[in-house]
Amino acid sequence: MKTLNKEAENLVTDKTVKITGAEAVIKCLLEEDANLAYGYPGGAIMPVYDEIYKYQEKFHHVLTRHEQGAAHAAQGFARVTGRPGIVFATSGPGATNLVTGIADAQIDSTPLVCITGQVGSHLLGSDAFQETDIIGISTPVTKWNYQITKASEIPEVFAKAFYIAKSGRPGPVLIDITKDAQFGELDFNYSKCEKIRSYKAIPEFDSEKIKEAASIINNAKKPFIVWGQGVIIGAAEQEFKNFIEKTDIPSASTALGLSALETKHPLHVGMVGMHGNYAPNVLTNECDVLIAIGMRFDDRVTGNLDTYAKQAKVIHFDIDPAEIDKNVKTDVAVLGDVKQTLAKIMQYVDKANHKNWMAEFDKLYEIEKDKVIDNQLNPTKEGLTMGEVLGGINKETNGDAVIVSDVGQHQMFACRYADFIKTRSSVTSGGLGTMGFALPASIGAKMGVPEREVIAVIGDGGYQMTCNELGTVLQTKAAVKIVVLNNNYLGMVRQWQELFFDKRYASTEMVSPDFVKLAGAYDIKAQRVSKREDLEGAIKTMISSKESYFLEVVIEQEDNVFPMIPTGASVSDIRLS
Amino acid sequence: MEENQKFTFSVYTENNIGILNRLSAIFLKRHISIESLTVSKSEIENVHRFTFVVNISETQARKLIGQLEKQIEVIRAFYHTEDEIIYQEVALFKISTEHLYDEQIQEKFKFRRAQIITITERYFVIEASGTKEDIDNMYDKLKPFGLLQFVRSGRIAITRPKMAISELLQEIN
Repeated sequence: MKTLNKEAENLVTDKTVKITGAEAVIKCLLEEDANLAYGYPGGAIMPVYDEIYKYQEKFHHVLTRHEQGAAHAAQGFARVTGRPGIVFATSGPGATNLVTGIADAQIDSTPLVCITGQVGSHLLGSDAFQETDIIGISTPVTKWNYQITKASEIPEVFAKAFYIAKSGRPGPVLIDITKDAQFGELDFNYSKCEKIRSYKAIPEFDSEKIKEAASIINNAKKPFIVWGQGVIIGAAEQEFKNFIEKTDIPSASTALGLSALETKHPLHVGMVGMHGNYAPNVLTNECDVLIAIGMRFDDRVTGNLDTYAKQAKVIHFDIDPAEIDKNVKTDVAVLGDVKQTLAKIMQYVDKANHKNWMAEFDKLYEIEKDKVIDNQLNPTKEGLTMGEVLGGINKETNGDAVIVSDVGQHQMFACRYADFIKTRSSVTSGGLGTMGFALPASIGAKMGVPEREVIAVIGDGGYQMTCNELGTVLQTKAAVKIVVLNNNYLGMVRQWQELFFDKRYASTEMVSPDFVKLAGAYDIKAQRVSKREDLEGAIKTMISSKESYFLEVVIEQEDNVFPMIPTGASVSDIRLS
Repeated sequence: MEENQKFTFSVYTENNIGILNRLSAIFLKRHISIESLTVSKSEIENVHRFTFVVNISETQARKLIGQLEKQIEVIRAFYHTEDEIIYQEVALFKISTEHLYDEQIQEKFKFRRAQIITITERYFVIEASGTKEDIDNMYDKLKPFGLLQFVRSGRIAITRPKMAISELLQEIN
């Protein structure tokens, strides 16, 4: 009986069912546990959308208001969950509209699987309606891309795409599918990809390098750690914490590394970089060993490379061999997955105490607190500051919220002042600096972690780049909280004009619509605050709302972000005013 | 400031559509001019070999290797200095037949690796191979006779030291 059943089973699995390429696309996504996508339909992707309709019980599609919004929403989803974000767009303008989001995902190592429709293969190269060479266009900004012209290629290409997007240093992939391949039939059979012969997702770690690094760390008097998003991507938060606690090393985050370690951890000394904290920037040039973990020495982090940590021995933990010695020459490179390498190094590092060295951070923190932080968090001047808004949010959420920030001054305030108690809680466009990122990304983030509070912090400029996505909020009822810090200026550019262009405010003053009315048009509850006494109550109302909520805070126009490392200056020449 | 020098890159890849774009984009993004490029089969079945020649610093060369190897379909990439390789270019010169018995021209192409490969009533074709300088030299000598057509290939190169090919083969299979 048993044997008979087995045979019957085999018969079922062996019987190949012919399905269309379009259906195969959805089945591939379901095989990869991806049942949520963001996108926008159009001619060349219609067969796939027809299957989305048929599979609506199992597969959920979010219609954004622009393809760029779809890409950013998928990024938001990926950043909070660690799973690839799925994007659909049609050929031509649908595909080109994705490019900004794809480039953003590439530079911030965010896994995306983007699927674009393409004109029929017989029309390729004929300048057909809505034909564009999206493979050519997306090549420099994707980890991998591929054009499918036959339905039978679909399962293998999708399996490969997911493997590439997720593994190693993650990134966006794009699959372009001609319309005839969507209509064509195939025998569907899916197996996940586990290996690509020309691709090494994770370099094997070298135990000797780990011992060498440990010996340098054990002999250090003034060791200093800068960590980046690699700690989060590698799910190595606990290993990281164990490592810093055992070695007692003061640690600072890059903008993208924020939330990997709770903000209030005693060894967390703030953020490095152009608008980072005073102590970690200054002391970068005084430490004797600099340990970089899952970060890539971006120019916004290092300032002038010729004067960056020249006195220090540099140890670099990273998964991507191309990052080693790219910007900063390292003494010891520890390649590999940080979850493994940090766990491994624990047996070689000594328990240490760096109290005196830590005191230097505290001393400089006091200076920053006195000159900058107090004025932001507890201002005495009349106008509202961006810092106090973030302070107010911290008070209401106790740091247990996902903060999705856009790009500009408000972003730096969010990175500097938001408290985090859980990992994957800070989502921002770091490498590319894409204004308009936050609103759509917050929608994706909310869908990724619906049980968490998700707050988008946006400037008046960036908000108007993608505020069409309020339509997506309306349609999906995504309960995102939107805070627009409005100073009626493109504030970051204005700040540079003030400091470096003799206050010639070229095209940075903004006349904006009534944002509260605009939110109202989308049926989103909203209020505007311009007085300090109203701020706390407004934040409370926003946080307690079960639905999406819009809060506009009118900010002092000449509120600047400090500290600041001017372009080309050394990290230790950071200015406090 | 580190000095620029000529480097030859050997890049072993899968044979997929679009890989040329992906590789050349890496040079483009860094504003590096590709002086010569040859694509062909390699000694390994189903593996292609790209040969790029560029004039850059060694630091840049090392970083480029990292970026090239990072591409999914690149199996391995190497860079070589001039003295690490044996290299050749091929050129074809099409010249009017009226010069065929010209003693001067006979003299000119008594170059170590040049030969006539076709003769017709109207024209004849000389094939020459050698280093870039050899070909340049030949070009200068033949130009006065009026070149009906001239074409040269990109560089092809074999390395003197062992390239980690056996390792590569092992990785692949």
